[in-house]
Amino acid sequence: MADTGTPATGTPDTAPHTGPGTGALEAGFDATVAADRRIEPRDWMPEGYRRTLIRQIAQHAHSEIIGMQPEGNWILRAPSLRRKAILLAKVQDEAGHGMYLYAAAETLGVDREDLTERLIDSRQKYSSIFNYPALSYADIGVIGWLVDGAAICNQVPLCRCSYGPYARAMIRICKEESFHQRQGYELLLAMVKGTDAQRTMVQESVDRWWWPSLMMFGPPDGDSPNTRQSMAWGIKRHTNDELRQRFVDMSVPQAAALGVTLPDADLRWNAERGAHDYGEPDWAEFKAVVSGSGPANAQRVAHRRRAHENGAWVREAAQAWADKQAARAARKDAA
Amino acid sequence: MSPHAEEEDATNAYQSLSETTGHDDPRWAFGSGFEDVQAEIEAPVPDGVDAADLAEYCLMLGDDALVCSHRISEWVSNAPELEEEVALANTALDLLGQARVLLSRAGHVEGAGRDEDALAYLRSDAEFRNVGLAETGDDLDFGVAVARLLVFSTWRLALLSRLVGSRDPVVAAVAAKGVKELTYHRDWAARWTLRLGDGTDESHRRMQAGLEEVWPHVEELFRTSEVEHRLVTAGVATDPAETRGEVDAVLDQVFAAATLTRPDRPGRGTLGGRGGRQGSHTEALGLVLDRMQSLARAHPGASW
Ligand SMILES: [Fe+2]
Ligand SMILES: [Fe+2]
Repeated sequence: MADTGTPATGTPDTAPHTGPGTGALEAGFDATVAADRRIEPRDWMPEGYRRTLIRQIAQHAHSEIIGMQPEGNWILRAPSLRRKAILLAKVQDEAGHGMYLYAAAETLGVDREDLTERLIDSRQKYSSIFNYPALSYADIGVIGWLVDGAAICNQVPLCRCSYGPYARAMIRICKEESFHQRQGYELLLAMVKGTDAQRTMVQESVDRWWWPSLMMFGPPDGDSPNTRQSMAWGIKRHTNDELRQRFVDMSVPQAAALGVTLPDADLRWNAERGAHDYGEPDWAEFKAVVSGSGPANAQRVAHRRRAHENGAWVREAAQAWADKQAARAARKDAA
Repeated sequence: MSPHAEEEDATNAYQSLSETTGHDDPRWAFGSGFEDVQAEIEAPVPDGVDAADLAEYCLMLGDDALVCSHRISEWVSNAPELEEEVALANTALDLLGQARVLLSRAGHVEGAGRDEDALAYLRSDAEFRNVGLAETGDDLDFGVAVARLLVFSTWRLALLSRLVGSRDPVVAAVAAKGVKELTYHRDWAARWTLRLGDGTDESHRRMQAGLEEVWPHVEELFRTSEVEHRLVTAGVATDPAETRGEVDAVLDQVFAAATLTRPDRPGRGTLGGRGGRQGSHTEALGLVLDRMQSLARAHPGASW
């Protein structure tokens, strides 16, 4: 799974860089972005650009790691060995995504340990979708289909992000995400061909995840202060509402093929627009979840904190051992 | 490839979703070589080999892998570092892959129509044939987890490296692939044993405690069951008692480098001579199976 890639919260980092002598540097930066070329770690960049990227990439990395929890919750109970292997491989991929993304963030001068501290102190966010619980095995399929699906819609344009290391990480990640989505959808196809109880389970799961999936694209464009600056910087390529529309249009025929109903009475084809009209997500719920009071916020952060703290003695040991090895090597050289 | 082509690719993958039900991509099956092994699953029982013995032996090796994989999977989202998250999931996945082939083979040889899932999900704990070490819990204590994997992987690698010449083609194929996997698992566990044993005072204490905790399960690893005795003669199995020298030598070498002491604790006793290989388990296995089997058992006739 993944993050929205839409900094839905926080203040816009649009403060202009006004240091002396940066005019030429800034012009070079602007020209690179305008030409759709990549900014690399050693290149000059405006502070606001750097801060926005750090926040977005970290938020994205945190999402990959927190996203392991709802699905990890079902690995031990997966109902067939094949499904268990698929799920285990998927969750392992997400850990890998987290690693690539933290590495991309580190090229901007922060470190993973520090970002992890910010996550477990709730100073940085992750995708709001993971603050919903995974309550049945159908959720494993629906998360793959809708949540990884929404992530793909958000992330494919990030493969062209102006910041090179982020764009390259996204290319690798997107390939795996599209695989996750197919696996999720394939599970749902198997389930709807199964028993009545399984079909009920799939519909119930779609009912719970549809609206939160739409919210993954972030607030409506009119309420998304960061979008314009992020687009100008080539970090973002499409607005939240554009991506949401694309996701709805793709999901409708897929839902029909599954034989499930999307829980939106206003959802219908609009021939004039050549797109589906759809209802308004509950933005009050979105705000509540983003600001920490969703169904599973406290649990997710506490879990991550517990794992991190339980591992402290292990990381300290690894460091102590590495230090001893280095000291031994130095003594050997000296002798 | 231009970024635009990348975008189109991913979008196409998304749009063609409803037509994709395929098992065409090798990643559906997990682990290269699995398909080749699968082709062997229906191979005839080798001449002079008792089918019931062979099925039982495949359950022993398969259940060891399945139950140990379950224990390692408990670490998902709980590992001390992301690199270890990936390594542990990978190890669990390798063992699960071995279990799937071995259980499929057991079901085929048994000839009663049970597949890997029937064997994994519909047997009671007394029907499982794994050793006690595999089912030992660790309460998310990394020292215990590393100790368990160090002993388990060292022993299983010794077994599998002797089984590559098994007369049963499936056992031989699992062994050939498994040797590479177990070499990695053992290497990972040995490296962590070194870091923890020779790291800080606390890590030294906890690594030693981890070894003490798993040690009562070591003796059973070298106990030869009746089935194994017969299959050694038939050229299918290896005698676990013969792996003791190799396992001891490897562990002693790791302990010495890690400044750890070989535990001196008695082995867990048998129940009327019966251990894990005969279906006599610790209380822990019932809890593992309750969790593993709950969903599958709640939906008889379902397809997943
Ligand atoms: Fe994913
Ligand atoms: Fe991901």
